[in-house]
Amino acid sequence: MKNTIRPQHPDITAQMWDSIDEIIAKWKNTPGSVIPVLRECQEVVRYLPSEILMYISQGMGLPLSQVFGVATFYSFFSLTPKGRHNIKVCTGTACYVKGIKESINRIHGKYNLKEGETTEDRKFSMEGVRCLGACGLAPVMVVNKDIYGAVSADKVIQILEKYE
Amino acid sequence: MNQTRLQLMLCGGTGCDSTGSEKVRVALLKEIEKQGLSGEVEIIITGCNGFCAVGPVMVVQPEGIFYQKIQPEDAAELVESHFLKGTPLQRLMYKNPANKKIIPKMDDIPFFASQVFRAMRNKGLIDPEVIDEYIARDGYFAAAKALNEMTPDDIIKEMLDSELRGRGGAGFPAGLKWRFAKEAQGDIKYVLCNADEGDPGAFMDRSILESDPHAVIEGMIIAAKAINAHKGYIYCRSEYPLAVKRLNIAIDQAKNYGLLGNDILGSGFEFDVEVYQGAGAFVCGEETALMRSIEGKRGMPIPRPPFPAHKGLWKKPTILNNVETLANVPQIILNGGKWYASVGTATSKGTKVFALSGDVCNIGLVEVPMGTTIRSLVYDIGGGVPDKRKFKAVQLGGPSGGCVPEQYLDTPIDYEEISKVGAIMGSGGAIVMDNTTCMVDMARYFMDFIQDESCGKCTPCREGTKRILTLLENMCKGKGQPGDIELLEELSDVVMHSSLCGLGQTAANPVLSTLKYFRDEYEAHIFDKTCPAKTCPALVKFEVDPDKCKMCGLCFKGCPANAITWEKKAVAVIDKDKCVKCMSCYDRCKFDAIM
Repeated sequence: MKNTIRPQHPDITAQMWDSIDEIIAKWKNTPGSVIPVLRECQEVVRYLPSEILMYISQGMGLPLSQVFGVATFYSFFSLTPKGRHNIKVCTGTACYVKGIKESINRIHGKYNLKEGETTEDRKFSMEGVRCLGACGLAPVMVVNKDIYGAVSADKVIQILEKYE
Repeated sequence: MNQTRLQLMLCGGTGCDSTGSEKVRVALLKEIEKQGLSGEVEIIITGCNGFCAVGPVMVVQPEGIFYQKIQPEDAAELVESHFLKGTPLQRLMYKNPANKKIIPKMDDIPFFASQVFRAMRNKGLIDPEVIDEYIARDGYFAAAKALNEMTPDDIIKEMLDSELRGRGGAGFPAGLKWRFAKEAQGDIKYVLCNADEGDPGAFMDRSILESDPHAVIEGMIIAAKAINAHKGYIYCRSEYPLAVKRLNIAIDQAKNYGLLGNDILGSGFEFDVEVYQGAGAFVCGEETALMRSIEGKRGMPIPRPPFPAHKGLWKKPTILNNVETLANVPQIILNGGKWYASVGTATSKGTKVFALSGDVCNIGLVEVPMGTTIRSLVYDIGGGVPDKRKFKAVQLGGPSGGCVPEQYLDTPIDYEEISKVGAIMGSGGAIVMDNTTCMVDMARYFMDFIQDESCGKCTPCREGTKRILTLLENMCKGKGQPGDIELLEELSDVVMHSSLCGLGQTAANPVLSTLKYFRDEYEAHIFDKTCPAKTCPALVKFEVDPDKCKMCGLCFKGCPANAITWEKKAVAVIDKDKCVKCMSCYDRCKFDAIM
């Protein structure tokens, strides 16, 4: 770890780098631990800039191709910055049948935001998730950790306006 | 278990939690203290009750009275009326939609009455975060029996006798899988639990993990003894944070009680379980992909053979069972395989859990004996289609499955019978669709899902699903060409027969099954440029039919783009330049006047 120089990045503070070092040290000797390392690092920085991927690859002694390959394979990992508020719209079958598509269109109309994107002011980011398993509440939207059930197209903007 | 007069079994599953059961708990606790009932009435947070549609729900035991849609404001009245004065509060009870009669007891409600609980036998009855409650319901007795009294061959014999088939969807006999792994050579073996429930519209496994995590762990201990494995992983998707939390609590408690670790229950047998969180990839539900993921690689399937029973995780003999399969194991060991097989059809034994959702009155989780008809599932338990709309089809098996239309509703739930009508048993997602659902759009939806989740390793799946999707998208946009249906069929055939793993091999099922039963809808999209269900915005004209318009103004009030002009006693007019085709007017119009 001592030989690895911390790259400069506007979104990563010195404190965050300390946490990242701890995460790498904790998992370094466990085989197959790329996914938990990426998960924990993403919890710290909220996304995975390429600098972190390179840092992890050096720290763990793994080829960058493997770290990058895993990070881009799983939808849980984001290589682009997230907004202050993360909107998860459930696009599972039940939510789809009950009309989540219209809500997504309204969000797009109001904030010019598509699935997988972040608004320019980094206020909102939106991701489509495949079934949150709360089909009884369909259509479902999650903002940060707040779950909203029976989200109609008419209500969706009202809900989002509550977030600053 | 406890000495209190009444136990309030308040549901803390994901559904009820998000409709505010925690706030209800706080409010109830405050009222109970206020009325001086603290020693007599106890609140127990349970896992998912199953009747998610009417959450938050609570069952008062031992009376068995069922309350629904409880709000924090109801707490004072409820505590005073029922728990202090002994008069149950009718206002919060279930009302039979057919005759408006109140049904106070849970067991009498039609939604619960036709169910048989085996995999979900503890749901709503125990606090999933307290191991003693599981033990009080005969928990870990089966593990003790398996470890101390049975040989691996005895265990496998019971499993074979039970004829339990994999509940993840493919239906491979679980006992056979175990026997292969037992016979495989190797000193290190693994037991895996597949909790990567990825089918959209399916939440059986989430519910079992949240309400009875110990049943799954106990099932794994028994499996470990059968094949002589000492390490297990539960691969749980990260979209289920509550399930992960409860599993970790359960594992810690089991370790403290000596039910996991070295020398379990003095048997000398050693076994440990760890939760491994997925990172959002549908294909990881496929067994070889799941194992690659635990190894820290991209979750891509590899060709079989070698089968995981010989070369699985880290190239060691491995068995992988679904959550529901494992949850059935302890009872099979306790009551015997013959007992389990006493229910069901000739080739499908026991019960199956379904996640019933979509356009159906009683959304929730149901467990029915094999052989129950699909009609009974949708109508007797599900309560039929709401809002006087018409039933169109029920989709079984998610993106790998197909739909069952009206004329086949009497098909019994049975692995073979369901595949005969073009659907699959699948993991248990059952999504009911009414006449406002466009089947071309539905096929497009599933293909979009599959195309997005295809890992990209083999060409037929990667490219084929993309081409199928493009065809379907064009149809929905009104750009379908004559010959497209035949092309769809040809492409589907290629993708099904030349893909590497189950994801690609079944990818075309939703297309083929909708084509089989709703070909006329495809033809309407292509030749008439209309969408019979009026779901595809590009095919709706957004004009008001002056003969049908009742001049009520509902469409005008709901239009977010101010594209509708309307005055009292005048037919509304839609300005097509301003219209954003959001369907708001269509949804609001009660007279079907939007063309």
